[in-house]
Amino acid sequence: MSFLVLEDISKVFPTAVGVEKFDLSVERGEFISFLGPSGCGKTTTLRMVAGFESPTTGRIILNGEDITDRPPNQRNVGMVFQSYALFPNMTVAQNIGFGLKIRKEPESAIKQRVAEMLALIHLEQKGNSFPHQLSGGQQQRVALARALAIRPQVLLLDEPLSALDAKIRVSLRAEIRAIQRQLGITAIYVTHDQEEALSISDRIVVMHEGKIEQVGTPFEIYNFPTTRFVANFVGSLNTAEVEVMDPSAGIVAMNGIRLTSASDLKEKRKGDKVMIAIRPERIGFIAEGEKENVFDGKVENITFLGSVVRIQLRVGGTVFNMDTFNRPSLQLPQTGDTVRVTCSSKAVLVLSE
Amino acid sequence: MSNNARVVASGGNRPKPPSIRKSPPSFAWLGVLPFLVFVVLFLFLPSLSLFVGGFQDAKGNFTLENIRGLFTPFILNAYWVTIKISFTTAVMGGIVGFFLAYALVAGGVPNWVRSSLMTFCGVASNFAGVPLAQAFIFTLGRVGLLTVFLKEALNIDLYGQGFNLYSFWGLSVTYLYFQLPLMVLIITPPIEGLRREWREAAENLGATPSQYWWHIGIPVLMPSLLGSMILLFGNAFGAYATALSLTGGLINLVTILIGSQIKGDVLHNPNLGYALAFGMVVVMAVIMSIYYALRRRSEYWLKQ
Ligand SMILES: Nc1ncnc2c1ncn2[C@@H]1O[C@H](COP(=O)(O)OP(=O)(O)OP(=O)(O)O)[C@@H](O)[C@H]1O
Ligand SMILES: [Mg+2]
Repeated sequence: MSFLVLEDISKVFPTAVGVEKFDLSVERGEFISFLGPSGCGKTTTLRMVAGFESPTTGRIILNGEDITDRPPNQRNVGMVFQSYALFPNMTVAQNIGFGLKIRKEPESAIKQRVAEMLALIHLEQKGNSFPHQLSGGQQQRVALARALAIRPQVLLLDEPLSALDAKIRVSLRAEIRAIQRQLGITAIYVTHDQEEALSISDRIVVMHEGKIEQVGTPFEIYNFPTTRFVANFVGSLNTAEVEVMDPSAGIVAMNGIRLTSASDLKEKRKGDKVMIAIRPERIGFIAEGEKENVFDGKVENITFLGSVVRIQLRVGGTVFNMDTFNRPSLQLPQTGDTVRVTCSSKAVLVLSE
Repeated sequence: MSNNARVVASGGNRPKPPSIRKSPPSFAWLGVLPFLVFVVLFLFLPSLSLFVGGFQDAKGNFTLENIRGLFTPFILNAYWVTIKISFTTAVMGGIVGFFLAYALVAGGVPNWVRSSLMTFCGVASNFAGVPLAQAFIFTLGRVGLLTVFLKEALNIDLYGQGFNLYSFWGLSVTYLYFQLPLMVLIITPPIEGLRREWREAAENLGATPSQYWWHIGIPVLMPSLLGSMILLFGNAFGAYATALSLTGGLINLVTILIGSQIKGDVLHNPNLGYALAFGMVVVMAVIMSIYYALRRRSEYWLKQ
């Protein structure tokens, strides 16, 4: 059995459904992200693992033990809050040692553990400071150390970086991941930032309206989204409704344009409507001799995004984004031009819903 | 290095501030002028006249007689009783009011119940003087409604068991009627300021609710608790009409003494009254100093 199992969890609030039919198995030492838009139930799910909410249905099993009805102060899971939640009346060292003090560990053991934790977060000098004397990033590192000091079985982080500015966010998330690897601790990380989720997770759980949309590695989630929601939310995929022409050959028609998809269409019949998705970077200007998946688009807008140039094309009734590397040799069309573009059949993903 | 050296060398003659253009003179201080005038007219001058009057005899000559008069057993006792009743009702009102306010915040009562309770507290905390005394006499006096009801219906004889509305404790209970709601009114915002995450973080680290309160909730609230209680103390310390109309002059309070010295027929010595009032200012100043010292200690984490 997996280390942490959420079994058919749901949470119904008087006014809303928070989470529905949530099934997830987490392996020991895994780093899992819950990714989804605001209000999709990420926090609710995390708080059920921490014990702050009790699930309406389902069970939570941690290391073989059913902890569904165990109060939060007996779960031994560490939680890091979005707002740091450091105790303002305690020094950094007292904050970190709080959990051990409550556990009545000897003074010397606490001192040693606190020093260890301070070294881990590179704040050896700040042990005697009070929280309000630290920067946001430092406070969040202390909160992380405080949660880790009790040697929790699972580390839970609820958007720990969203109150920090962009630069610190990137460096601190790398630090969190490095510490998690170093300690081999199982972690669940809540975020609505897809880049964050993609960059630090072993697996991502994409959530939408209280339900799991897809679970997979960042590679799978990014390259092979299975639902329209995932395709739109993770990266900005182009989606379009198409009609199946030839299921066995993978041929579909989009406003009269014939496209070949490498995805499996065997379940479908001729005339079925399906959704396809194409990543912007998989569309390119036509090269010599290309014949498959060629279509024309009218340039509506061109945006420079640093290393990438995004060209907005109108293809029939839909708008497609196309990303191309910003090379000096790049010959860009003008807005209003009609360009001929192409993509490989592997780039045409057929979504399940 | 050379840069630093130059700066050190020029340290003697300060560089002129770079702004050449003079900023227009600011008249922002005009805004506080009415307040300053108010303070001078209604706080500073009266205190000064008390102070001066306390050191004068009836003819306006300098004397220490009034101050010496404060140290008679009767007057010292009045100070002691006044301090005792203020302290008792401040601490009791403070503690009970805190729990009431906490119940109000944590109890998840509907918003309209809460806001009407707060309005009620606002009114009740200002209910004092003759009407309050009358209300208590009608309910808890010897033939008060509640007294009689308890005796007839439940066979509990309040007065038989030593209670007396016209005593120290009776007056304390009456004071609590405005002390409690005042405490609720001023301590509710700080309690609401306790962040939910602090409690959850503490619980997450293994703490029980009482451990949370002991290690985080109470220490964080301590400055506000002290501040509120000092307010309650001052509130009771200066109360006059309630005590006078409840007990006549049975309880020996400083404010009642002042009243009888200044406008009384029998005991008429305004200058002793001024000295008594000056003594109250001194007591309050001592209490405030103790409060500031305690508050500084309780805010240790902010002073660094
Ligand atoms: N205590 C509550 N009472 C009623 N409804 C709630 C409560 N907590 C959450 N909800 C509802 O449950 C749903 C999920 O909320 P949740 O906080 O888990 O979302 P989230 O994914 O964490 O969003 P965000 O990114 O904004 O933090 C929302 O519709 C929310 O309104
Ligand atoms: Mg949330």
